[in-house]
Amino acid sequence: MRRLAVLLLAVACASGAHAGTQPEITLNQRCPPGFEQTAAGVCELRTLYQFYDSLENRGVGGTRTALPPHRDGFTPQQIDLGRYLFFDPLLSGDGTLSCASCHRPDLGLADGRARSIGIHGEDAGRAAPTLWNVAFLQRFFWDARADSLEAQAAGPLYSPREMGNDPARLVASLNRNATYRRLFREAFPREAAGPVTERQVQAALAAFQTSLISLNSRYDRYVHGYAAALSPREIEGLNVFRSFVARCSECHTPPLFTNEQIAVIGAPEPPGRPFDVGAEATFGSPKLKGGFKVPTLRNVTRTAPYMHSGAFTQLRDAVEFYNKGRGHAVPKDMHLYLHWHITDPHLTEAEIDRVVDFLGALTDEAFTPVTPARVPSGLTPIGRPHRTAALSAHK
Amino acid sequence: MKKGLLFGLLAAVVAFGAGAYFGRSTKQDVVISSSTSGASYGGGFKAAGDAAEALKTAAASGALKSVAGPAPTNVVVVKNGESIQAAVKAAPAGTIIRVMPGTYHETVYIDKDDIRIIGVIEEGRRAMLDGQKKLNDAILYSGNNFVAENLEIRNYKGNGIMGQAGNNFEIRNNVIADAGVYGIFPQLGQNGIVEHNVVSGIADAAIYIGMSDNIHVAHNDVFDSVAGIEIENSRHCIVEHNYVHNNSGGLLAFVTPGLPIKTTIDVILRNNFVVGNNHANFGAPGSTVAGIPAGTGVLVMAADDVVIEGNIISDNKVAGIIITDHANAANITVDPESEPNSDRVSILDNVMLRNGYDTIKEVKALMLTEGKRGGALDIVRVGPSPGSCIINRHQYVTAGLGDFAECAFTNTAATSTYLLPPVPPRVIKPDERGKVVFLGICSGCHIYNGRMIGPPVQVIQALYLDNPQGIADYIAKPVKKRPDYPEMPPQDYLDPQTRLAVAKYMLDVRN
Repeated sequence: MRRLAVLLLAVACASGAHAGTQPEITLNQRCPPGFEQTAAGVCELRTLYQFYDSLENRGVGGTRTALPPHRDGFTPQQIDLGRYLFFDPLLSGDGTLSCASCHRPDLGLADGRARSIGIHGEDAGRAAPTLWNVAFLQRFFWDARADSLEAQAAGPLYSPREMGNDPARLVASLNRNATYRRLFREAFPREAAGPVTERQVQAALAAFQTSLISLNSRYDRYVHGYAAALSPREIEGLNVFRSFVARCSECHTPPLFTNEQIAVIGAPEPPGRPFDVGAEATFGSPKLKGGFKVPTLRNVTRTAPYMHSGAFTQLRDAVEFYNKGRGHAVPKDMHLYLHWHITDPHLTEAEIDRVVDFLGALTDEAFTPVTPARVPSGLTPIGRPHRTAALSAHK
Repeated sequence: MKKGLLFGLLAAVVAFGAGAYFGRSTKQDVVISSSTSGASYGGGFKAAGDAAEALKTAAASGALKSVAGPAPTNVVVVKNGESIQAAVKAAPAGTIIRVMPGTYHETVYIDKDDIRIIGVIEEGRRAMLDGQKKLNDAILYSGNNFVAENLEIRNYKGNGIMGQAGNNFEIRNNVIADAGVYGIFPQLGQNGIVEHNVVSGIADAAIYIGMSDNIHVAHNDVFDSVAGIEIENSRHCIVEHNYVHNNSGGLLAFVTPGLPIKTTIDVILRNNFVVGNNHANFGAPGSTVAGIPAGTGVLVMAADDVVIEGNIISDNKVAGIIITDHANAANITVDPESEPNSDRVSILDNVMLRNGYDTIKEVKALMLTEGKRGGALDIVRVGPSPGSCIINRHQYVTAGLGDFAECAFTNTAATSTYLLPPVPPRVIKPDERGKVVFLGICSGCHIYNGRMIGPPVQVIQALYLDNPQGIADYIAKPVKKRPDYPEMPPQDYLDPQTRLAVAKYMLDVRN
């Protein structure tokens, strides 16, 4: 419903794009949905989960468990500036890709690919993770090599295999743009005298990304006391999910459906791909070879393909992986320190189906951000379309 | 003084609830009493004045062990042939579910607060949950103030009783055998009691306290399992008066790396019988406990501030007590955020007999470096354990304890329990709830003074003015009113009070 509205809005604006006089791009003065605007003028998250506690304040547990500590407190202007930057291909080295190219609102804030594709068409090596609920995360990237959204931003922005920009060119292009200069002054009034800085870009992107909240799925309604929110099959799936036979919830722990730890699960690479050592490189620890950060499962039905390099196109295949035997996909002659929860659970086919049913109850995209009709660079928001779409368009 | 009043009330409530359900039975009525509340044996010694007051305080803090709060008065009965889960589903929060003797093939899950599942034992016959080796777990609870008593649990594949973040739990007087990976496994909870259970034949830990705080494990009989009682990534736990025998490893205090909660701190292991834990290790490949040498009495790995006192530790063939770190443990991954050493272990007086008579070669090698010949070994330390201490070390055969200091204390008598008083449920004011529901749910479509997906709040205010109930009713079952807006999805998953609270918030909000 919301997507339809957004689409209509986009069409309406696109048709008027060449009319000549366009209204100035302005920043939203109000907080995005889910946030309360405080007396100090900043946006603070409000969710029913704030009525619960969690052990040691770590935000992992069962149904009525508090969320982990999160980032908020940005101004509406910083969040909205972040949104324009996020959708603006100006941020890439050649003006073809924006953040949204790989984190698309219509594809679960991921990109629907096994692995993302950079400005020169290279394989970026790993799958784009969803951005839903990143406000609650402490570690970023599949291999956990960044500890803040600000630090994370440098990865895709400057990698030649992704957006291919560099800090000097990024800041220069923004400072050349009068609209951006005005918007940055508005979002960072205390630094209004100076030029746009890389730190401001990172802060605005972080502000926007922390507004991407998904906490009102049918599962959440069940948690908050509405037992009928889940179907009998989904409840059956929930009970398999959290049982100690399947052990899914030991790592995909509610309420975020990740415990944010590194786990070596021995997932396969797609055919022909070399083995990815993952977190071994981050921590310099051979025991973490093949280890990756446990991803959230919220909106998981929207973010196929699955695993760090997209080995599974279907959600059921990804679930079934865990039922095929401990270490069954580990390359021969390679020793991995597989996680102790990787076992041989011998789930029945029906139990696997029920887990998949349950995962479907984790979908909530009500707060999907609105794609701006125009971005300050004048480039097409989002940037280069999905490659398969682009190819068919050229035919 | 307030406490006294509470207990008085509590006793009255229990007396009222007891026996109430048997009215429709043709059998002679059974009077059911709870040992966790009600009057206490006064003893033959009558103290006067301050001494009497002191005794009363001691009784209130230590002797009465109840953390789940006052017993609910609502009681339902499940009979053989009926479903326990159906009763849980139908029960409002605050219900005792009495389960009559019989066999129940089901998985029972509890996602609400204040549910007590209490078996009725008749001439030794219990309510038995039988998983027939087909079902995963017998009981899964995530609600607070959960109590499970007097049950028998057999033939499950996962866990006997598993808790996920439920606080204030009591798991007591249950018989659990061959129930899968863990017998009793409260995880991510605070303030819980596990006592008087008989647990055996478990492929990992018979009783496993995982990532929890303020837990009391007492008077359990735990045997024929890979690990007896395991305290893992948990704080402020007392394990006392348990009989732990014929497991591969008896008592364990661990930090397992790779978990979201990283520490084990402040664990007292006292007055337990840790006897003949020499069972062959049948732990699953890759599991942490699969690395325990069969024949281990007490194992401390990377846990801090563990006190071992007053135990009878005998006939464990590898060693009575092993203290080690992550680097020396088998099967253990690394976690940059986990501190790998067992800091400040205190070994007070324990009775240790016939341990280490057939130990492992790594330990033998360590003993040789200290000129010890083997054949007996009570305590061995491998890997750093800074700040550790022992008293009366001359009594034991030890290895690797050279840098252990003399302890600054000799007993734990001053610490009777780490349990907390029952925490009253958090009261959420309706206006607070209304605001949060509006912002968390409604704000996706409605803003104060502009068009989003639905009409502006200002417009709704003008329509409903003094009629919050009208809004509450409408949002439960919306009908299409405006041709230029999409139809609103029903919000009937919010209970009537919450709908009214959010309606009031919408009418009051001014920006």
